[in-house]
Amino acid sequence: MAFNQELEAITQAFSGHGVDEKSLIAVLGKWDPLERETYRKKTSHFFIEDHERQFQRWNDHCVRLLKHEFVRFKNAVVLWSMHPWERDARLAKEALKKGSISYGVLIEIACTRSSEELLGARKAYHSLFDHSIEEDVASHIHGNDRKLLVALVSAYRYEGTKVKDDTAKSEAKTLSNAIKNAQNKPIVEDDEVIRILATRSKLHLQAVYKHYKEISGKNLEEDLNDLRFKETVQCLCTPQVYFSKVLDAALKNDVNKNIKKSLTRVIVTRADIDMKEIKAEYNNLYGVSLPQKIEETAKGNYKDFLLTLIARGG
Amino acid sequence: MATLVTIKSSPVEDAEALQKAFKGWGTDEKSVITILGHRNVYQRQQIRKSYQEIYQEDILKRLESELSGDFERAVYRWMLEPADRDAVLANVAIKDGSKSYHVIIEIVSVLSPEEVLAMRRAYHNRYKHSLEEDLAAHTTGHLRQLLVGLVTSFRYGGAEINPKLAKTEADILHESIKEKKGNHEEAIRILTTRSKTQLLATFNRYRDDHGISITKKLLDNASDDFHKALHTTIRCINDHKKYYEKILRGALKRVGTDEDGLTRVVVTRAEKDLKDIKELYYKRNSVHLEDAVAKEISGDYKKFILTLLGKQD
Repeated sequence: MAFNQELEAITQAFSGHGVDEKSLIAVLGKWDPLERETYRKKTSHFFIEDHERQFQRWNDHCVRLLKHEFVRFKNAVVLWSMHPWERDARLAKEALKKGSISYGVLIEIACTRSSEELLGARKAYHSLFDHSIEEDVASHIHGNDRKLLVALVSAYRYEGTKVKDDTAKSEAKTLSNAIKNAQNKPIVEDDEVIRILATRSKLHLQAVYKHYKEISGKNLEEDLNDLRFKETVQCLCTPQVYFSKVLDAALKNDVNKNIKKSLTRVIVTRADIDMKEIKAEYNNLYGVSLPQKIEETAKGNYKDFLLTLIARGG
Repeated sequence: MATLVTIKSSPVEDAEALQKAFKGWGTDEKSVITILGHRNVYQRQQIRKSYQEIYQEDILKRLESELSGDFERAVYRWMLEPADRDAVLANVAIKDGSKSYHVIIEIVSVLSPEEVLAMRRAYHNRYKHSLEEDLAAHTTGHLRQLLVGLVTSFRYGGAEINPKLAKTEADILHESIKEKKGNHEEAIRILTTRSKTQLLATFNRYRDDHGISITKKLLDNASDDFHKALHTTIRCINDHKKYYEKILRGALKRVGTDEDGLTRVVVTRAEKDLKDIKELYYKRNSVHLEDAVAKEISGDYKKFILTLLGKQD
C-alpha cells in the first residue's frame, strides 16, 4: 500500500463506530517514527501542532473520544452477557442519571419489554440499587413527564388475546377528543390519555391505534405533539418502526455519544426478540439492509460482534 | 401468629369425605367445616386437585351449588388460592365503587411486593385485564393516582433507611395534609413508591416533629374519598394489625353485621396473624373476638368462622 492509502486506512480505522483494530495493527504498527510523524502532521483533527517547540501533541479531547470507541466492543460484550433483567435495570439507572435527554430509554424499556421482563428489571433494580425503579423515577423527574413515566414503568399489562373492541373504539375517541382539545388542556396533563397508554394491554392499544386512524385519518403518534407521548405510542404500537428509526439515527457518522450508544443498546436488547422483524422494517423504511449499513459505519471487532448478533436466527 | 388449627390428612380421603358430604339430599355442612376448617392453604389446594382428578369436577363449583349465603361465600373464599382470592376481592371492590376501595388499599399495603404481583397475575388470568387498567377506568383524579400507584408499586424490601429523606418527606406530607389544596401529588409519590421501612421512618419522624401521629392528623381532613383513602393507606402501612382490629370491631358493632368485612379479615388472616389481631381486639374491647362473633352471627357461618378462629370442637 502506498503511504497515502495507509493514511486513509488509519483515518478510516478511527472513524465511525468502534475502531478497526486489524488496520491499526497492520499499518500503524509497522510505521517507523518518520511515518508516524507525518501521520501526526497530516491529522490536524487529532493532533495539535506546537510550532514553538517543534512537536505535535494529541488533542486530549480526542483521546477521550477515542477511549469511547475502543471500549465500545467491551461495552457491547458486557451488555450482551448480562442477564436481561440486570441489563434493563442498569440502562434505566443510567438514563435517570443522564437526565431528560435519555428519558426515551426509560420509555423504550417500559414499553417494548414483555410484562414479565419489565417485572424482572424492577426486581433487578431493587437488588442493584436498593430502591424501587418507580421511587427513583418519581423523585428524579419533576416536570410533565413524571406522571407518564412512573405509570409506564409500573405497568404489568395483561398479555392475553382478549380485547373489547367497543372499549378500544371509545378510547380512540377519547384520545381524539383530547388531542383536539390540546390547546386548552395539554396532552401531558390529561389523566385519561395517560391511563389508556399506561394501563391497557398492547393488543388493546393496537386496536385503539387502528380505530384512531379510522376516526381521524392520521396515525396516533403523528397527532401527539409531545415527544414522550409519541415515543410511548411508537414503542407500544409499532416497536419495529421505532427501533428502525433509532438505529438509523445512530448509524450516521457524526452523532453525539448518547445517540451512538443506542446502536449497541438496540442490537443487544433486541437480538433475541425481534431482530428479524426490525431488519425487515429497516429495509422497508430506508431501502438498505441493516447489516450493510453496519458494515459501512462500524469498525473492527465491534462491527463483527454486531453483525454476528444480528445474523442469529436468520 | 396463625389461629388456624391444621390437622394432617390425605387429600384423597378428604376429597372422598367431602363428596360424601355433598351426596344426596342436602349437605353435611358439619363435615365440610370440620374438614376444610382444619386444612392449610397447601392442603386445600391438594384437596382441589384430588377432587378434580377423582370426580372430574372443580370442588369450588360444587361448593357454590351445595352451600349458600354467608357460609358459602366464606368457604368459597377460603378454598381459593390466596393470590386468586385477593384478585377476586379486588375485582368485587372495584365493582362496588368508592365505599369499597379500602379493601384494595388493605390488600396491597399488607401483602409483600411478590404477593401483590401474584395477585396481579391471578387477576390477568381471571378477568383478562390488568388490575390497574380496571381500577384506572373506574376512578378519577387524585384517588385514581393513589390507588393505581399503590397496586402497581413494587417496593424495595430492604431495611435501609435514609433519615434525611425521612425528614424531608415527613415535611412534604405535613404540607400536603395541612391544607385541603395541598400538594397531593407529592404525598401520593411518597406513599406509593417508597419502601415500607422508609415510610415507617417517615411516619415516626412526623410524630416526633409534630407531636401527633400522622394518622390522627389526617382524621381531621378525612372528608372526601381521596383523603379517606390516604388515611387508610397510611394506617395499613403503619400498623396493619391495628387496622384489621378496627375493621373487625366495626364489622361486629354495626346494626346488621358487616359479614363481608368479618369474612375477609378472618379468611385472609387465619393463617397469618389473626392471633395477634385477636389479642389486640381483646385489649381494646375487653371481650374475646370469638364471643363477640358468636353473639352477632349464627348457623353454619358462625361455626365455620369460629373454627378458623381456632375453636376446638
